Amino acid sequence: MRNIWYIFKRELAGYFATPVAYVFLVIFLALAGAFTFYVGNFFERGQADLQSFFGFQPWLFLFLIPAVAMRLWSEERKTGTIELFLTLPISIGEAVVAKFLAAWAFATIAIALTAPLWITINVLGSPDNGVVFAGYVGSILMAGGYMAIGACISAVTKSQVIAFVVAAMICFLFTVSGSPIVLGFFAGWAPQPVLDTIASFSFLTHFNAISRGVIDLRDLLFFGSLIVCFLIANAIVVDMKKSG
Amino acid sequence: MSDEMIAIRDLNKWFGPIHAVDGVSFSVRRGEVLGFLGPNGAGKSTTMKMITGFLAPSSGTAVVCGHDVNDDPVAVKAKIGYLPEGAPAYPDMTAAAFLDFIAGIRGLKGARRRERLDYVIEHVHLAEVLHQPIDTLSKGFKRRVGLAQALLHDPDVLILDEPTDGLDPNQKHEVRSLIDSMAKEKAIVISTHLLEEVTAICTRAMIIARGRVLADGTPEQLEGRSRWHNAVSLVLSADRAEELRAALAGHDRIVGTEVELGEENLAQVTAFPRGAQSIIDEVGAILRDRKFTVEEMRVERGRLDEVFRSITTGAAA
Repeated sequence: MRNIWYIFKRELAGYFATPVAYVFLVIFLALAGAFTFYVGNFFERGQADLQSFFGFQPWLFLFLIPAVAMRLWSEERKTGTIELFLTLPISIGEAVVAKFLAAWAFATIAIALTAPLWITINVLGSPDNGVVFAGYVGSILMAGGYMAIGACISAVTKSQVIAFVVAAMICFLFTVSGSPIVLGFFAGWAPQPVLDTIASFSFLTHFNAISRGVIDLRDLLFFGSLIVCFLIANAIVVDMKKSG
Repeated sequence: MSDEMIAIRDLNKWFGPIHAVDGVSFSVRRGEVLGFLGPNGAGKSTTMKMITGFLAPSSGTAVVCGHDVNDDPVAVKAKIGYLPEGAPAYPDMTAAAFLDFIAGIRGLKGARRRERLDYVIEHVHLAEVLHQPIDTLSKGFKRRVGLAQALLHDPDVLILDEPTDGLDPNQKHEVRSLIDSMAKEKAIVISTHLLEEVTAICTRAMIIARGRVLADGTPEQLEGRSRWHNAVSLVLSADRAEELRAALAGHDRIVGTEVELGEENLAQVTAFPRGAQSIIDEVGAILRDRKFTVEEMRVERGRLDEVFRSITTGAAA
């Protein structure tokens, strides 16, 4: 536990040690704002809610979260610090969890910085704050899901570019797995239960359910177990690399 | 607990078809400074990476202070201070923040933490760059940050991969004195391709090439394998050099002679002894009997670079 805390602190500080964190935060906030107001017609809808904000979030996270995750392991391999890091008296599990939590905390900070939107709708009208809260919970959970995928892919390669592209691709598949883009590929030959299983992996379906204000245990379990699975895969990848 | 701090048993590492480390076994006791010598790609770093738990052995194991690296890698890592090749450190952190992070992970607390931080900062001479980001530091300072990190928790076992690489002669001397001052209480393994370093700080040297241990002994023993060991070199006027050579060559305890012409009408004549025996008395007698006047006379210790070359390339010494 103590080790996780030290690594977590170092990793989180690592984001803010370079301009990367600030560039990311500015771009995230600018894009989130642009989608909400221009594409989502925040004012024209005339409703005091954040549906137009949350609706675009999966698409934004799809490439912004892999950008946060890509450095987690790739950079250590590239600079050789991985050899220092993995010869400290820590377990691989601690290393994987601490790095993931740091990156997730960074994403949570970014999401928290959109709080002025929440304040705005409270000034303009009287929203159902329970629904907005659920939306934020869903948003943070979904960010965790994307982050776990990104962290795992980052452990595979020493190239941050490859880590980013591959992770964004996998995140995309998870996002749209309930839509015809993915299902169409299987529809002709796979049996219905398989199609239902694939569709159930859709981030969109689970996120939309939560952001409508229904915090269902199944949706929480989905994101929770997805994160756990990818972190286990991450640990396995790191351990396999030991064999050279 | 015995004095044996590191025990390596039949360590093997394959990278695909390449047999990088081939059945290496040895042990290191407290108080020993073992120097790994070998050409690049000989398997020195790979062996170190397996001892420190960064790479998993293909077969065999390393036992450090009673802990098997395959069974309990975290316990092994806690006992070792390791300077990886190239002294990697997080470039965005300042030296102070980096050492602070390492101190945390190494479980140093309170007064002990301050004491150890002060100790390494003083002995590795880091005070002046403590608050600079590591990527702005010179190669020498980066190496010292790496060294400070390895020494921070006062480990029983130190594994240093090319600790003086990239340092200037003064810095090299400082690092060697530092290693020397810690040698008594610890087991230290260093890798180097500087032969002078082995003579300067190692109590034992091991020559590794193509993944195998080819020689293991004190630096003196290795020097003893050189044909230069106990050879006698004489410098005298070039006119009589050939006459001296002929006189020396006739002695039955001398197996070979060499003449090398030098500047100012001087020449060096070297006599190589049979079986590395001391021949200084015999040579002295010849000089007296035949009335040679020499400018200089010395007994060679043996040339480690020659031993190294002959062992690692497989040629005759």
